[in-house]
Amino acid sequence: MLNVLWFGMIIVSFLCSLLTGRIEALSSAAAAGADKAIQLLIAMAGVMCLWSGMMRIAQQSGLTKIIARVLSPVLCRLMPDYDRDSKAMQAVCANVTANILGLGNAATPLGILAMKEMQKENLHPAQPNRSMILFVILNTASVQIIPSTIAALRQAAGSTQPYAILVPVWLSSFGALAVGVTAAMCLSRRSGKQRAIGHKTGGRLLRNG
Amino acid sequence: MPVIMVGIVLFGIWRKTALFDSFAAGAKEGLVSLWSIAPSLIGLVVGVTMLEASGFFSLVSEWLSPICQWCGFPAELVPLGLMRPVTGSGSFAMLNTILEQYGADSFIGKAASVMAGSTETTFYAVTVYYGAVGLKKTRYTIPAAVLADMTGMLLAVGTVRWLS
Repeated sequence: MLNVLWFGMIIVSFLCSLLTGRIEALSSAAAAGADKAIQLLIAMAGVMCLWSGMMRIAQQSGLTKIIARVLSPVLCRLMPDYDRDSKAMQAVCANVTANILGLGNAATPLGILAMKEMQKENLHPAQPNRSMILFVILNTASVQIIPSTIAALRQAAGSTQPYAILVPVWLSSFGALAVGVTAAMCLSRRSGKQRAIGHKTGGRLLRNG
Repeated sequence: MPVIMVGIVLFGIWRKTALFDSFAAGAKEGLVSLWSIAPSLIGLVVGVTMLEASGFFSLVSEWLSPICQWCGFPAELVPLGLMRPVTGSGSFAMLNTILEQYGADSFIGKAASVMAGSTETTFYAVTVYYGAVGLKKTRYTIPAAVLADMTGMLLAVGTVRWLS
């Protein structure tokens, strides 16, 4: 996907600069962009390391376990195909907690582990069950305490209030998650019904035909 | 923000954690993750800077501004909204361009930050997680996730408008 996207960016910008007569600006932009990327990385590094350090303290001091304990009843209700004490559920809780703390590097391996455990007990292994889908949707939402990359970018861009976005980010990401979960539940009920009906009529049709 | 820091440190002391060692280990992790995104960030910042210099973004927002005005969504944020679900580095590059152009503390700058902070790289996550267990069918994952992303983006503009 990125192959196509990157190619598109370069071709479109070339064509567009021909159209707008900015071909000279474009040639300096490529070099300036590469330069800017390195400056950006350096400018972001401090804030990002600060927060990943703080979140590691949270993890080591057991705050993660407390969050996981609070979340586990909610997650169990959302993913009813797995027991609270199952390996799958433990990996799910650990993954969601890592996401909330913004530990991206820890969250992805835990998420993959959770998917593998869930797949082991999947009754129809060719397609994800409703719990697996819900889990992936949880991971496509971005509920986290500190959006540290964004804060770092804002700091690098000279913002006087890099953290002014915290409350809007919490509200928006939580709202998005709520809509995603609700949509998943409605769609799962619908596809479940369709499948049940399909089984019945399909069977009858076969027998009659 | 300082409240969160103090809270974490106090909790750490209370639980007798080796505060500074943990902090250093985590900060190192931060450097490692920056190092790992650096190559793709360089490539995508180049791409976004070229698009911006070519006048593409202003053309797109000009075309879209009638529709956007009608639904109250700033046209300047549409390219970021399209980029966000596909690539993390690309959307950070885009956010950086927006912050430079409009100012980090302007309405557009804040709304763009909230947009990028409250959604995820949906398509990437779907690919990684289903790919890890070899599932090709995703059933209704994409519609639900895209609906969530769109909600997040509209809420981002809405909440910034209400709260500032």
